[in-house]
Amino acid sequence: MLDRATSALRGLGSRVTSRIWRLGFASRFLLATLLYSGTSFRRFFLTIREIYFTGVLSLIIILVSGLFVGMVLGLQGYDTLQRYGSSEALGILVALSLVRELGPVVSALLFASRAGSAITAEIGLMKATEQLSAMEMMAVNPIARVVAPRFWAGVISMPLLAALFSAMGIFGGYLVGVVLIGVDEGSFWSQMQASVDFREDIVNGVIKSAVFGIIVSWIAVFEGYDSEPTAEGVSGATTRTVVTSSLAILAADFILTAFMFRGA
Amino acid sequence: MNRMTLDLWVGIFVAIGLGALLFLALKVGNLSSANTGETYVLKANFDNIGGLKVRAPVKSAGVVVGRVGDIRLDADRYEAVVTMNISSQFMFPRDTFAKIRTSGLLGEQYIGLAVGGDTELIKPGEAVKKTESAMVLEDLVGQFLFNKASEGNDKK
Repeated sequence: MLDRATSALRGLGSRVTSRIWRLGFASRFLLATLLYSGTSFRRFFLTIREIYFTGVLSLIIILVSGLFVGMVLGLQGYDTLQRYGSSEALGILVALSLVRELGPVVSALLFASRAGSAITAEIGLMKATEQLSAMEMMAVNPIARVVAPRFWAGVISMPLLAALFSAMGIFGGYLVGVVLIGVDEGSFWSQMQASVDFREDIVNGVIKSAVFGIIVSWIAVFEGYDSEPTAEGVSGATTRTVVTSSLAILAADFILTAFMFRGA
Repeated sequence: MNRMTLDLWVGIFVAIGLGALLFLALKVGNLSSANTGETYVLKANFDNIGGLKVRAPVKSAGVVVGRVGDIRLDADRYEAVVTMNISSQFMFPRDTFAKIRTSGLLGEQYIGLAVGGDTELIKPGEAVKKTESAMVLEDLVGQFLFNKASEGNDKK
């Protein structure tokens, strides 16, 4: 009886300590990545190659989802706003919700599942097939050669993808609101410009997406590097990347929003 | 894939990404209309500013001539002190009237400057003497009810 109770307690304790241990290891790993990232800028082609795989190949999914999210916002927003006789405010609604929230958050979620999982699987497989150990044997630092370029590629790509998502979404809202439904084009754009502030809204959106880029890339490279070198381990690490980074994005979004748009 | 095509694609990606940022800044945001030119400061005291916010527009004859820079409470007189940044190309006469107005029924509040006929101009940093506070709906309704009630008494 007592034995069972203590073993449950011990299990709980070991689970908590292992989480904290992993968090500490992840922080140390991020520091090492930053420390050894000189190579990814000196030999910038390494990073460019990774930007191609994380950024350019995510373009299609980001652009298409942005367009549809904007179109849905246009439809839903028009339906609600016209009840109050202010359908001209559709531009404000579409632009603010995209630039402040949906652009950074949805593109980060898509980025985590499209590019983050791929990074984890790639690094995990490199570890499972002992390519990382082979690099160390040849006196090549795998963190500098493999991890840092992928990390920086994610950090660079994320704000650009979020901006594209927002721009595409606003175009989608324009398509549905102005072209399809027939909201006045002039007031759509002019009201949008009157109430979207460059520093308050757009710069804060870019800051958000940059933070999300750091979070997703960090989690993706860490899970890959830390994965068990088996087929099962790599698949588990890939799943963990998507789940953890999605949760981290949403939690960080709440904190950032509380800092940025308090009161105002 | 060779190095040249890779560079080309990444170049295209970065270019359209920056293009999207530029689109957001110029077409969606107010960067193009943001007045980065010279401004000078005018002050105005109000009994009640209603829902006026920092960066709200200051308009004269409906044209934006500046923005609200700062709103504070004067602790001695319990009045709101509003600092306005007015574009240097516009000067206003001494008897200018500063009123807090609302654009539309549910729109944002702004400061309207109604120009008087004085030949002397307000110097930068000075206060606008004549002000009119924001309309408060509750006060209006209260006044209306009070008037109605006193009308009823007269008829009896």
